[in-house]
Amino acid sequence: MSERYSRQELFTPIGVKGQERIRNKHVLIIGAGALGTGSAENLVRAGIGSLTIVDRDYVEWSNLQRQQLFCENDAKKRLPKAIAAKNRLKLLNSDVNITSLIADVSVEELEQLIDGVDLIMDATDNFETRMIINDISQKHNIPWIYGACVGSYGISYTIIPRITPCLHCLMEDIPLGGLTCDTAGIISPVVQTVVAYQTVEALKILVEDYEALRNKIVSFDLWKNEHSAIRVAHVKKDSCLSCGTHRTYPYLSYQNRTKTAVFCGRDSVQIRPAVKTDRDLAQLEKILLAQKGEIERNPYLLSFTIGSHRLVVFKDGRAMIHGTNDISVAKSLYHRYLS
Amino acid sequence: MEIVINGEKLEIPIDVATVSELLQHYGLNQKVVIVELNNEILEKGNHQETLLSNGDRVEMVHFVGGG
Repeated sequence: MSERYSRQELFTPIGVKGQERIRNKHVLIIGAGALGTGSAENLVRAGIGSLTIVDRDYVEWSNLQRQQLFCENDAKKRLPKAIAAKNRLKLLNSDVNITSLIADVSVEELEQLIDGVDLIMDATDNFETRMIINDISQKHNIPWIYGACVGSYGISYTIIPRITPCLHCLMEDIPLGGLTCDTAGIISPVVQTVVAYQTVEALKILVEDYEALRNKIVSFDLWKNEHSAIRVAHVKKDSCLSCGTHRTYPYLSYQNRTKTAVFCGRDSVQIRPAVKTDRDLAQLEKILLAQKGEIERNPYLLSFTIGSHRLVVFKDGRAMIHGTNDISVAKSLYHRYLS
Repeated sequence: MEIVINGEKLEIPIDVATVSELLQHYGLNQKVVIVELNNEILEKGNHQETLLSNGDRVEMVHFVGGG
């Protein structure tokens, strides 16, 4: 198998020694959507030792245009993204130790997942989760790489605890859920460019070439042919509650109260039970058979369509209510059919 | 007035005099934005009173959430 990484080893900043370092590292990717599948493929092909990928969602047809690990069969079967991603990644490189988890990442999950992890890759679609990642990164001294995109615009920034400003320093206080949803669509070259910016920084961190890090927040618009980069080193705030002298990790405590989340641009609401349960989907199917709706089930989730709404229940008790952006409508559907 | 925005020389309308007005002009006033003026990052609180002048170099990066 020595040929496998030969081109990467010929690249001087990595070399044989760098390849060994990559081989000994563990990366955690939060999200298996567009950015997550791109980063995962790059890192698995590059020969990362261990990769953990977590996602709360399942594959839909609208994902296939840009989420590179998924195929039509995954969408037909409504496979959870974590499962579909792992299936594909194992085919790409059987040497990598791949762990996948179907879960909504919050504080509790992240505290468990972080054990032994060298780097966190952001592939989420919301700032609520990013702020939790940011606080966890500071608390456990693990770097993370922010990446995001919408339309033809993309942005990335690398956060090294104790050295660079953190996301909280740069964004200051954002109200949770206060940023409006992006509904401008997305084109795949933008995804791939953000993934490139994120994974090249990941490789630098994994081979421990910290001197080579970009040290700038970078953004671009591929359609308008614009590019911008700002050196932000001196924006690090000593008063920052996430990375400053009197840090309190505020996003690790707020989060426990959030039980519902509206999915941006998806006309969907997620409801997460206060206590995690192991839901018996077969039992639920029997109960729902008495209703007029349409039921589909795979080993990971149950989908129940009634009127213009579709309710999808995962084994961990979470439910996604499609066909509404209204949390109270979603809650009443949840209670009527699923609780 | 002519200023350089994200590396490109651009003519901006006469009614854009401050950094806040520039952000508004580009539809970025409701976003979380980092603005660098002539290699100095501006505090958010100073956007409103900071005047632009001919030949200024501005870099703007705004945060988005999708992924």
